[in-house]
Amino acid sequence: MKPRTRRLAWIVSGLAVLGIAAALVLNAFRSNLVFFFTPTQVAAHEAPRGRPFRIGGLVESGSLAREPNSLTVHFRVTDTAQTIAVSYTGLLPDLFKEGKGVVAQGTLAADGTFHASEVLAKHDENYMPPAAADAVKQAHEAMVTKTLVKSGGGGQ
Amino acid sequence: MIPELGHFALILALLVAIVQSTLPLAGAALGAPRLMALARPAARAQFFLVVVAFACLAIAFASNDFSVQNVAANSNSQLPLHYRIAATWGSHEGSLLLWTLMLAGWTCAVTLFSRHLPPAFLARVISVMGLVSVGFLLFLLFTSDPFDRLVPPAPEGRDLNPLLQDPGMVIHPPMLYMGYVGFSVAFAFAIAALLGGRLDATWARWSRPWTTVAWSFLTIGIALGSGWAYYTLGWGGWWFWDPVENASFMPWLTGTALIHSLAVTEKRGAFKSWTVLLAIVAFSLSLLGTFLVRSGVLTSVHAFATDPARGVFILTFLALVVGGSLALFAYRASKVGLGGVFGVVSRESALLANNILLIVAMASVLLGTLYPLFLDALNLGKISVGPPYFDAVFYPLLAPAVFLMGIGPMARWSHASLPSLWTRLRWAFAVAVVAALVLPFTLGHWSPLIAAGLFLALWIATSSIVNLRDRLANSHRTGPLDKLAANSPSYYGMLLAHLGVAVFIVGVTLVKGYEIEQDVVLETGQNVTVGGYEFRFLGVRPGPGPNYRAVTGTVEVRRDGRLLETLHPEKRIFNASGQAMTIAAIDVGVLGDRYVSLGEPLVNDDLNGAWAVRVYLKPFIDWIWGGAFLMALGGLVAVSDRRYRLAVRRKAAPMLAASGAAASAD
Repeated sequence: MKPRTRRLAWIVSGLAVLGIAAALVLNAFRSNLVFFFTPTQVAAHEAPRGRPFRIGGLVESGSLAREPNSLTVHFRVTDTAQTIAVSYTGLLPDLFKEGKGVVAQGTLAADGTFHASEVLAKHDENYMPPAAADAVKQAHEAMVTKTLVKSGGGGQ
Repeated sequence: MIPELGHFALILALLVAIVQSTLPLAGAALGAPRLMALARPAARAQFFLVVVAFACLAIAFASNDFSVQNVAANSNSQLPLHYRIAATWGSHEGSLLLWTLMLAGWTCAVTLFSRHLPPAFLARVISVMGLVSVGFLLFLLFTSDPFDRLVPPAPEGRDLNPLLQDPGMVIHPPMLYMGYVGFSVAFAFAIAALLGGRLDATWARWSRPWTTVAWSFLTIGIALGSGWAYYTLGWGGWWFWDPVENASFMPWLTGTALIHSLAVTEKRGAFKSWTVLLAIVAFSLSLLGTFLVRSGVLTSVHAFATDPARGVFILTFLALVVGGSLALFAYRASKVGLGGVFGVVSRESALLANNILLIVAMASVLLGTLYPLFLDALNLGKISVGPPYFDAVFYPLLAPAVFLMGIGPMARWSHASLPSLWTRLRWAFAVAVVAALVLPFTLGHWSPLIAAGLFLALWIATSSIVNLRDRLANSHRTGPLDKLAANSPSYYGMLLAHLGVAVFIVGVTLVKGYEIEQDVVLETGQNVTVGGYEFRFLGVRPGPGPNYRAVTGTVEVRRDGRLLETLHPEKRIFNASGQAMTIAAIDVGVLGDRYVSLGEPLVNDDLNGAWAVRVYLKPFIDWIWGGAFLMALGGLVAVSDRRYRLAVRRKAAPMLAASGAAASAD
């Protein structure tokens, strides 16, 4: 083979490998991205049905209940504006506590309950998962804006 | 007083590093031996000063000096001494100081083991490492001073994060950093070669042992981190594709490509530009890893601080290092040249294909790690990319690379013949295929993925055996021992590292294929049978620990009625923080682990009632870490090759006269 042909062969095979890799990556990407929604967004029906997504917020105080003699627990996650009921079967992480931040991954059932397949709390005690913190912050800001708009409207 | 001494030592270290990074570089450019001769003493002085600073911080931790902010935030008087010392690198500031210490240590090692290097080249290497050091010392002193005082002093420390109170904390970070920072040597060699315009086989031979040692440390560091996650997080996983894990895995993939590419450059003079580029990329990814982990953009047990000033500083530093070295590369690469030509079927091609696959795999990890961060930064929504993505992308990309591991070492340099390769390897191939198809039946159920994984592992093993047999058969020596001794340590190191990959693949395949995970509710005296093992829960009892209260369970493991092991999984509540932590109990076995960890009591605070318990069987999981240690060992064996030391001696004689100035400065 002439050097030029050889170089061409290399470039073509290199591009082929990159093309296959890009196809693999993009395909895997499309099917495996998990989006995050706040309880407010879920309440506004912005979250997809039948596809897993993540929610985050605070575990509402006093909401944790266990089904007798089973590993299934029920609790509510709140961003202080809206709450969403969550059910989960399995062992809860060490850092899961009422009143603390939590992120859960799962799907939304027809009755509006969030069926979590995974409950994440990989942080230390003083730490809030940014996703959960964000959810609370957004809800708070929305409330402030609403109040401002209302009071502004009332003044006119 | 001691913290001020440490702070002062750091400032002096910065001044020395500035000298180290500028004057020898200028000397190399101007051809001034006196300036170049400054490199060695400056590097050693800097190392000494950083050691002093580090020792001061360690003393502050050991003596519970809570007037130091860093100590007050990350230690506690109840913490056992070895964890107080490990807490030195448990914080953001301390871990950066460890980074700087490692960097100064590697630089000092270069001054000790590189007497044979031409003085101008050595001066450039040490200056480049000094420049990196200046960046880190500035970062430490201006944004993350580990010696900041707390006024008034805290009466008691906030405690080290309980997750970090583990023997893993004592060795995992130092090993990992040895690897991360070790790539700075390969980087400095590459930059020095670009600056000097001289890049040949000798350069590759100088650079190779440093790169291999760094890679070995990184391999061990990652394996230790993985093992630590396995037994402390209580989930029994060994790899989560967590961004922080990815941050250490990307330099590893690039480093693996680099040590293979260096081999080609040394032996054949080919791939020169590519090798230099890989050295730059490997170190840039180490810096990126530091940025990702330390700037607080990631959510994980590793993220300490969320101070934007720090993030901006590291990002700027990263941009300067990556941008500067890539610009230099673009400017000089044409001078370096591509190097030798080779046939389409040759060892060079196999290694090149391997390199490309490793780098593409690295890029896919980079994409999966950075994409969510970009979206978040641009306010386009929050997403996460989980293990399914990495699994889907990673296995198909690395499977051909692993298959090539069987062919590459058998192929001749420059030109190999495909028919002859097939003749030599067909039995190895046939044995691997048949065994991979049959073995899953004896282990449990058959699945294509298990068969594929076993095939790749067996293929590496059988082709290595053929390789060794051919070598011995073609040896001119007589006697089996003589024949064995005729091969170089670097050859055996290669075989050992490749076998490590095979062992690793066996572990990954069989754990993924045959693991059993069950979460169950158990009352005292109750049994559960998992995969032929009977686990009997005998209840829990509370007890004190050095700085925590523990609840310890007792679980007996039986097989066919015979008692194998009594396990004691623990739940700890730490006194200082009130944080809970699960310690799994593992019955370790070569053929698989039995893993038990405690969840919570079903009825709050009723310790004697039913408990939620995880019961896992993890077949062959220890092979994963065993394989990683074999890989690292292979690297160390390869470095022991006399060739590298011979080069030292042969070069030493003529160089001595030329580097009289440098020698007299020692």
